Amino acid sequence: MNSEQAIEVTDLKKYYDDFPAVNGISFSVERGDFFGFLGPNGAGKTTTVRVLTGILPPTAGEARVMGYDIEKSAPAAKEQLGVVPETVNTYPDLTPRENLWFSGRMYGMDSAKIEQRSSDLLQEFGLGDVEDVKTKEFSKGMRQRVALCGALLHEPQLLFLDEPTSGLDVQSARLIRTIISELNETGVTIYLMTHNIEEANRLCDRVAVINNGRIAAIDSPENLRADIQSTRSVEVVFAEAEDSPVPVDDLKGLPEVEKVEGTGKKFRIFSGSLDPLIKALSDYAAKHEREIVSLNTLDPSLEDAFVRLTGDSTAVRKGTDE
Amino acid sequence: MNKLLLRSRQLAAVTWKNVRVYYTEPPVLIFGLFFPFFLFLAFAFGRGSGPAELMPAFLGITLFFTGSSVGPFITPWETRTRTLERLLTSPAPFSLLILGDVLAGFIFGLALSLLIVTGGFFFLGVQPGSILTLLLALLPGSFCFAALGSLFSALPTDKPANVMMLSNIVRLPLIFLSGVFMPLADLPGGLRFLALFSPLTYTVDLLDLTYSNTSYLNPSMALLMSCLFTLTILAGALTWHKRSLLTRL
Repeated sequence: MNSEQAIEVTDLKKYYDDFPAVNGISFSVERGDFFGFLGPNGAGKTTTVRVLTGILPPTAGEARVMGYDIEKSAPAAKEQLGVVPETVNTYPDLTPRENLWFSGRMYGMDSAKIEQRSSDLLQEFGLGDVEDVKTKEFSKGMRQRVALCGALLHEPQLLFLDEPTSGLDVQSARLIRTIISELNETGVTIYLMTHNIEEANRLCDRVAVINNGRIAAIDSPENLRADIQSTRSVEVVFAEAEDSPVPVDDLKGLPEVEKVEGTGKKFRIFSGSLDPLIKALSDYAAKHEREIVSLNTLDPSLEDAFVRLTGDSTAVRKGTDE
Repeated sequence: MNKLLLRSRQLAAVTWKNVRVYYTEPPVLIFGLFFPFFLFLAFAFGRGSGPAELMPAFLGITLFFTGSSVGPFITPWETRTRTLERLLTSPAPFSLLILGDVLAGFIFGLALSLLIVTGGFFFLGVQPGSILTLLLALLPGSFCFAALGSLFSALPTDKPANVMMLSNIVRLPLIFLSGVFMPLADLPGGLRFLALFSPLTYTVDLLDLTYSNTSYLNPSMALLMSCLFTLTILAGALTWHKRSLLTRL
């Protein structure tokens, strides 16, 4: 079935008893997009993806995947997609090759095609030497690579990835990012759920932020950052003081200051107008005999946009695997 | 692709996966092999009966326990390891996934029973009176007990031990009701009536006919009831699994 959209979601709702996990969201993802889906814990990310991948039925609304209604034409829709969940779901008592054989048969592939694709993918993902070892002997990163091979075996046009690099070693995370970027370049639509703002910023063409079951924003990372451009910030580092650290309240009292983050000697100060702030900081340092070691102006990051949209600064973490 | 071929491949793949992954799991081995074996030994020891008289009981217990031991393990375990979600994102219908679980139990029960039949023939000289009757007892019986195992696993839990416990609460009384340890004709009237509601009753009666050429029930009726129980339990398993699916995700 032809459709310009890989995903079309219209007023989608999913309730657990009376709790609205997803509360009337609408969005679309074009074919070939690298689409990021961000949100704090409990925002509705996983529920949305479970509906889009046919695991859960929606309470109301419509979701079309590759042109197929995921509820009414689930098997046809599912043939077009691959799914890599956050929790690695390979069978530990099967080898990578056996796991892939099972995946291939579930999509109706014949043995010769499975053999060929399995060999190619296992080599590409650096698993060629361990293809006959049970996956229970593997690290999480290796099992995640097996899961990704399984999701790609039938050459899906749409790939759902739920935190694919979460908890992985640097090499595995980099390999997976590289491969999904290359896949996207070949036309495969990528739907990436992540907490890793830096990863989304680096990889995605468009990003949706979901909060409390509703879409808070949807745009390119650049535009989301630009939307909060009015709030810029200064990162200031004071020299170590023997007597006492710089009181945060002193900094909050400076002109044009909207918010102060940090303690001790290093602070990030948000303001709508940086020039008066910088002058005030300079005056403050002179008056209190504090030395400023460094002072940098910062543009808003996607993380800033996320925090602004969700109001939850505890839900984000920066990429720590590199 | 031809839909029938696709579904056949999916069903074979699910069954193969279950055979490869679950046949060697300790709970399956304990409740599917050791438990019926030692239960039978406890029954037969010092009884003084010949192998031909004991064979229907041994076969009945083995078929019942082995066939119904695989199903209770699969769904709770796959819920816990999240492989159930992997299956649900595949283009296979949910009922096919359950049928694959039932088939794995069916093959397990049938294979072990045929092993006993073969061993009995070669080592004890016990041979079935009719191969056809033997198959008519084993085939629907094995499928029925495998479906029963799958029905137990519709309990929405991710702990196989909970399902195993439930299955034993049901299976053990059925053993005593179904003419395994005591012929149906010798059961008190009330228990004999209750025995009619156990699928094992009909399998054991057909096995009695196979090995001893005696049966309490009309063989055609026993076969019909065995098939009816199979269909009813399978339909129940599919229905309850569909209902409990949303609570396990």
